[in-house]
Amino acid sequence: MSTPNPRIDDLEKAAHGTGDIHSVPVRHPGQAVAGALIVVALGALIWSVITNDNIRWEIVFENLTGATILRGLGTTLLLTAIAMLIGLTLGVLLAIARLSKNRVMQTVSSGYIWLFRGTPLLVQLLLWFNLALFFPRLGFGELSVDTNVIITAFGAAILGLGLNEGAYMAEIVRGGIQSVNRGQIEAAAALGMRQRHVTWRIVLPQAMRVIIPPIGNNLITMLKMTSLVSVIAVPDLLNRAQAISAKNFYVFEMLIVATVWYLLMTTIFTIIQMQLEKRFDRGFSTTSPRVGKRLAKNLRPGRVTNTELLQVVQEKSKE
Amino acid sequence: MTNELSPQYANELPMVVAKNVHKSFGHNEVLKGIDMEVPRGSVVSLLGASGSGKSTFLRCINSLEKIDGGRIWIDGELVGYKEKNGKLHDMTEAEITKQRIRTGMVFQQFNLFAHMTVLENIIEAPINVLGRTRKEAITRARELLERVGLASHHGHYPMQLSGGQQQRVAIARALAMDPEIMLFDEPTSALDPELVGEVLDVMRGLADSGMTMIVVTHEIGFAREVCDQVAFLHDGQVVEQGKPVDVIGNPQHERTQSFLSKVL
Ligand SMILES: Nc1ncnc2c1ncn2[C@@H]1O[C@H](COP(=O)(O)OP(=O)(O)OP(=O)(O)O)[C@@H](O)[C@H]1O
Ligand SMILES: [Mg+2]
Repeated sequence: MSTPNPRIDDLEKAAHGTGDIHSVPVRHPGQAVAGALIVVALGALIWSVITNDNIRWEIVFENLTGATILRGLGTTLLLTAIAMLIGLTLGVLLAIARLSKNRVMQTVSSGYIWLFRGTPLLVQLLLWFNLALFFPRLGFGELSVDTNVIITAFGAAILGLGLNEGAYMAEIVRGGIQSVNRGQIEAAAALGMRQRHVTWRIVLPQAMRVIIPPIGNNLITMLKMTSLVSVIAVPDLLNRAQAISAKNFYVFEMLIVATVWYLLMTTIFTIIQMQLEKRFDRGFSTTSPRVGKRLAKNLRPGRVTNTELLQVVQEKSKE
Repeated sequence: MTNELSPQYANELPMVVAKNVHKSFGHNEVLKGIDMEVPRGSVVSLLGASGSGKSTFLRCINSLEKIDGGRIWIDGELVGYKEKNGKLHDMTEAEITKQRIRTGMVFQQFNLFAHMTVLENIIEAPINVLGRTRKEAITRARELLERVGLASHHGHYPMQLSGGQQQRVAIARALAMDPEIMLFDEPTSALDPELVGEVLDVMRGLADSGMTMIVVTHEIGFAREVCDQVAFLHDGQVVEQGKPVDVIGNPQHERTQSFLSKVL
């Protein structure tokens, strides 16, 4: 080395009385340029849509909160909720079956997942919708009913979306369950807890932490996938928007109406998802609930810094 | 071999009796005929090299592993199997869990439930397995936390505790089930050296209170001071068992000698 080694006194001198560090952050010029380009391109696109004389914005605004569209939106949300509930329930059961020691349950679960993930959702929806063509009656002999009574368009939509979701959810839940530390499961068993109790009280709550983010993603995907049911004449958001444009011929305007609602809903769901993720992080971040609350409070006007937070945690652990 | 215990135990039946215990994982025979007796209220430490089968034997005692030869009795009750008309039948899950309540186990990695606070960790099994009321369970949990020196930590999550504190909570959690025997599998091996003492102190207190304990440990000092007996395992068999002064102070078996020369 050409420069002489600094002596420890020099270092001490250099560090003395320097106070807080105000360093110059590393700049990322590439990012700034790319960002600017994207903003310009996006602005131009939006501008061209807004100023396009062919688009009748009053039609968009008129229909955005119109009764027909709102009813369609309600149907979309209802479909999403029911299909997700069915999917989640099925997913948990299928995952538990898949991971059980019972060969029969394992096989049934794998077969189900193979079948429903291996075929397009649209095809499944059409199959359920047309079930009556091949199975005019469901049940046995006296105990049978007309298929069309059970499988309405809405029923077919629920079945198609829910059963399909179950297969995807099963894989998510399985991953979550497998992520839970085996030692805790053994500890629970050693405490005399039954398998079922261990699953519901120890494994699933912790699996949740891993499961929630992908479930949130699936929920958002589901909200968008429900638009497929418009092909089997379920009066969802897209179907209603199209029904209106079939009468007034403002096709593009009505699609914008649907787009605005879908975007709004996915945005709201994303925010809820973020809240849930925080909730299920309990016990996995080093901040206690009290600190968490304090943090939330402090986040509003002036933010609590990481060092302050660390101090709180350290104080608590000293107690 | 007979399933009747010999008459010599008629007066003072040992808490744990293992006879010719065998256990294989696939083709790997890990336990090759373990014989051991753990008298009521005594503390026995298991020593042995890595892979000698210490953990496996401990796990057989509370049916975390199923033995495939020999017998284990806890307080005269056959472990993992029941006998009907001279034939052994596997126990059902319900029977096994009922039997497990009699033994408490403490693991090397603590294994606290990460999503529950210290208090929740301790009251979970008493409420849901023993059917205690929440209030009873909490009262008892607080006593136990006091006993392990963590009374003020009931609201903490495991992640917020040091390893030594977590292990003491794990001990309290096991004690909350009022076990008759405590099994410890290297309870201090995952701890920083300065935290080992606090856990050993709790265990020493427990031994003094008359708890029957089987302790797998590499803490020779603890084995010498606290344990009534030391058993040395080698390759799935107990090659030497006796008082600490004899086994540690004057080992007879060549394997024991070479093991001790390495750890002492
Ligand atoms: N679940 C299992 N499946 C297959 N092999 C196993 C299993 N558990 C233990 N073994 C094997 O059994 C042998 C004994 O393991 P065990 O954990 O009982 O040893 P140990 O004496 O506790 O060792 P250590 O001091 O390293 O903890 C090892 O060879 C191990 O690989
Ligand atoms: Mg071991």
